[in-house]
Amino acid sequence: MITFKKGIAFKLALIFSGSVTLIFVIIFGAYYSFTRKMIEKNTAENARNLTLGTVARIDGILRSVQQVPENMAGTLERGTVNKEELIGLIKSAVEKNPEIYGYGISFAPYAFDKNSLYMSPYYCRANKSLSWLGSDTYQYLLADWYQIPKELGKSRWSEPYYDEGGGNILMATYSVPFYRLVNGKRTFTGVITADMSLQWLREMMAAIKILDTGYAFLLSKNGNFVTHPDHTFIMNETIFGVAESLGDKKLRGIGRGMIGGQAAFVHTQRLDAGKPGFLYYTPVTSSGWSLAVLFPQDELLADLTHLNWLVLLLSAAGMLVLFGVVVSEARSITGPLTHMADATAEIAAGNLDVKMPETRSEDEVAILSRAFSAMQLSLKNHIARLTEATAARERIESELNIARDIQLSILPKIFPPFAGMPELDLFAVLKSAREVGGDLYDFFTVDEDNFCFVIGDVSGKGVPASLFMAVTKTLFKATAVSGTPPEVVLDNVNTELSRGNDKAMFVTAFFGILNIKTGVIAFSNGGHNLPVVMRKDGSVKYLWKTGGMVVGAMEGMKFEPGTLTLAPGDRLFLYTDGVTEAMDKNKVLFSDERLLRELEQLHGLPVKEVLNRLLAMLVDYSGGDQSDDITMMLLEYKGRS
Amino acid sequence: MKCLRTFLLLCFCAGALPGQALAAPKKLSFIPLWSPQAQFAGYYIALEKGFYRAKGLDVEILKGGPERPADVLLKEGKADIGTLWLSEAIKERAHGVRLLNVAQITQRSALMLVAKKSSDIRKLQDLDGKKVALWESFQLQPLALFRKYHLHVNVIPQAHSINLFLSGGADAASAMIYNEYHIILNSGLNPDELTTFFFYDYGLNFPEDGIYMLEKNYNKDPAAAAAFVKATLEGWKYAFEHKDEAVEVVLRRMREAHLPANLMHQKWMLEKMQGLIYPEGPATRAGELKRADYERVASELARSGGWQSVAYDSFYRDCITK
Repeated sequence: MITFKKGIAFKLALIFSGSVTLIFVIIFGAYYSFTRKMIEKNTAENARNLTLGTVARIDGILRSVQQVPENMAGTLERGTVNKEELIGLIKSAVEKNPEIYGYGISFAPYAFDKNSLYMSPYYCRANKSLSWLGSDTYQYLLADWYQIPKELGKSRWSEPYYDEGGGNILMATYSVPFYRLVNGKRTFTGVITADMSLQWLREMMAAIKILDTGYAFLLSKNGNFVTHPDHTFIMNETIFGVAESLGDKKLRGIGRGMIGGQAAFVHTQRLDAGKPGFLYYTPVTSSGWSLAVLFPQDELLADLTHLNWLVLLLSAAGMLVLFGVVVSEARSITGPLTHMADATAEIAAGNLDVKMPETRSEDEVAILSRAFSAMQLSLKNHIARLTEATAARERIESELNIARDIQLSILPKIFPPFAGMPELDLFAVLKSAREVGGDLYDFFTVDEDNFCFVIGDVSGKGVPASLFMAVTKTLFKATAVSGTPPEVVLDNVNTELSRGNDKAMFVTAFFGILNIKTGVIAFSNGGHNLPVVMRKDGSVKYLWKTGGMVVGAMEGMKFEPGTLTLAPGDRLFLYTDGVTEAMDKNKVLFSDERLLRELEQLHGLPVKEVLNRLLAMLVDYSGGDQSDDITMMLLEYKGRS
Repeated sequence: MKCLRTFLLLCFCAGALPGQALAAPKKLSFIPLWSPQAQFAGYYIALEKGFYRAKGLDVEILKGGPERPADVLLKEGKADIGTLWLSEAIKERAHGVRLLNVAQITQRSALMLVAKKSSDIRKLQDLDGKKVALWESFQLQPLALFRKYHLHVNVIPQAHSINLFLSGGADAASAMIYNEYHIILNSGLNPDELTTFFFYDYGLNFPEDGIYMLEKNYNKDPAAAAAFVKATLEGWKYAFEHKDEAVEVVLRRMREAHLPANLMHQKWMLEKMQGLIYPEGPATRAGELKRADYERVASELARSGGWQSVAYDSFYRDCITK
């Protein structure tokens, strides 16, 4: 089973997808922000063109109306006219200018006729009738269209208003004050007014289509809505009132900019729905109004928003695909790895025949897989060879064990050796370092009084040493016949061993003959370790050295004789170098001095006990890692009782 | 036992308290001094919430407006009860129209002067030599103010609209705090661009809206007048406690009268009416015509136009303590 939950595949997929997502988000964010800015810029440009074009048309129409009373003001200022001429002027103004709905000339009190307070002929296109304004109930002197231009001293468009008499249509009046010289002084004489229906304006504004829900609107000088898609706004609501009801201080600022004659592109709330939008406004210079177009943000950015969703959706899908691909690709890598891990575990468990996963590609995993296969094969071969070798060694070992048994069997193992020899007590041990060692000891009697003993150490180890030892032992036994002094025995053994000794093997040996009657030991030393004489009083010392080289190395070597007398209770300790050269774990030798000291300590104990304790001590000293054969023999002369 | 049962039955059928229950509701026609707006919210609410009916009155609120002046309707008997400005009522009384004030609804004058700081008007003295537009019928207070502070002002007539002021044709203009001032603000002028003068601050508090009726009508049924006043004050109290509902009622009245109805404007108006009717909050003795206020207005009228006023007690009938 492949598990990738927390495996390489999953981690890879996560890291890849995460990184790609991050990169994508950054790229898309930058793209979105740039595109949005671009759309806004284009919108601002479009809005500007749209409003400028519309404003130019509005201004054109307003100016064409403005011209009529302005020209007439000049006429009235240049000379006086009588009532009929006045009426003629008014009528022709309306007839010649289809844009003009109503037209009037309103004189200041008593300015036309000294006897009349009001003088204001007015001609209306709709009912083609001339009327005379001014009465107690209609004091035109207080009307905005009269009073404002009079007070300001300049021409002016009125705030749009609903004409209650003429079918409730939205109107605006352009008023031009005119003056005459009275007593040399330029004196306000009256106001010429041209009323204009703003129906065309509403139609023109309604024709401006901005996307689906965008719209254009027109504000009067006071911030009143002159046109707006929501008819309840018209002349009933100002942009500031809307700002107040929306609690939108920014909108109030926009309103102030609009009526202040500025032009700008701003982001704002929609006045009707409260949704965000982009507003472009520009002044209608002739009337002081302000034209605005509102682009609903949701529609303007609709394509971008759609694209957003599409891109998001695609990226989500892409991310899933990427995740899947990475997981699958990673699994194609980790799959064989997992197989290999399983196979390796099986190999470790001993199954060398398990099959390594096959790989099709030539990647690192394939190389690894092949390396594993090769390793498996060589391991298999190696183990086969090892098995063979082990079998061979086991056979040799078993043969060596047999040899050891044979070797040990040729050594005397009955202590004390002779039941009918109370003058003597003796014990010997041989502990081989390997299965077959080269140490030897032996003892035997040659006649009634003479007891022979020998201890030796063959050079080298193993089977050759063991065979050489067997030969040596046999030779000693054959050579030591009654009456032959020890040095001669050594001489003879040497001669026999050296003959045909191509391997130049040799043996160190100490050979002695104890006269059990006298306690005198005649001995000869063939290069062997000096035995220790242990007197009954407890004193111990090494036997003196007598001349003589190792036995069997060279023919014709001479060995010197020596004599030692043992009093009853005295002991002679013989040993091989495996005792004094035993090493502890720091390669420190047991040493001759130590041996002497230990023997001193063991004084008085039975011979068997002495050797067993020494052996235990040596085994302990070498820490179980015995480097050489250990052979010891302790002989005690008891004397004739 | 039988007697008590009959009484209870009667009470149940009438659905009201004994005493009033047995009398038929008294018909009263009321004329506000202007077309429907929040200036009269208390009356509309009192009618709407049945406060008049609860006091045994069957009130009809007539449509007011410039073409239906309240004083004319009262004089001609086309309305039983109506609202008038205190100064106007005193003038009428001086002309021999026996009108009685049965309640003074606004305690503070709503009239104010608004000036543009851009015309360099920041304090009262700055009005000196400036062009100030004044409503012709409401010149009493401003002229008293100019006289009191020795200001030489170029007074020009002011129409109903505030456009003259907005267009810059006048440096200052009269306005009602609950009406024109808000229109000015909603024409794009910020409060910090304006300097305002309240007559109250200059010892010229001429409270305006009061409830009036002809003396002969009052004498016929003083209890009805008192009931009307009390129900109206209840209406105002309710309106201020439930402003959204009150504005809604007002807007409905406006739409019924085919008037442009602007929610924010009516909200503003109701808010300001509260300050005029309850200038001292709950501590205000709502509905009372204070002797000092009456005498202040009367003496100014006498000084400026020679109008002879009657004594306070002949002019005012306390309907709130009864």
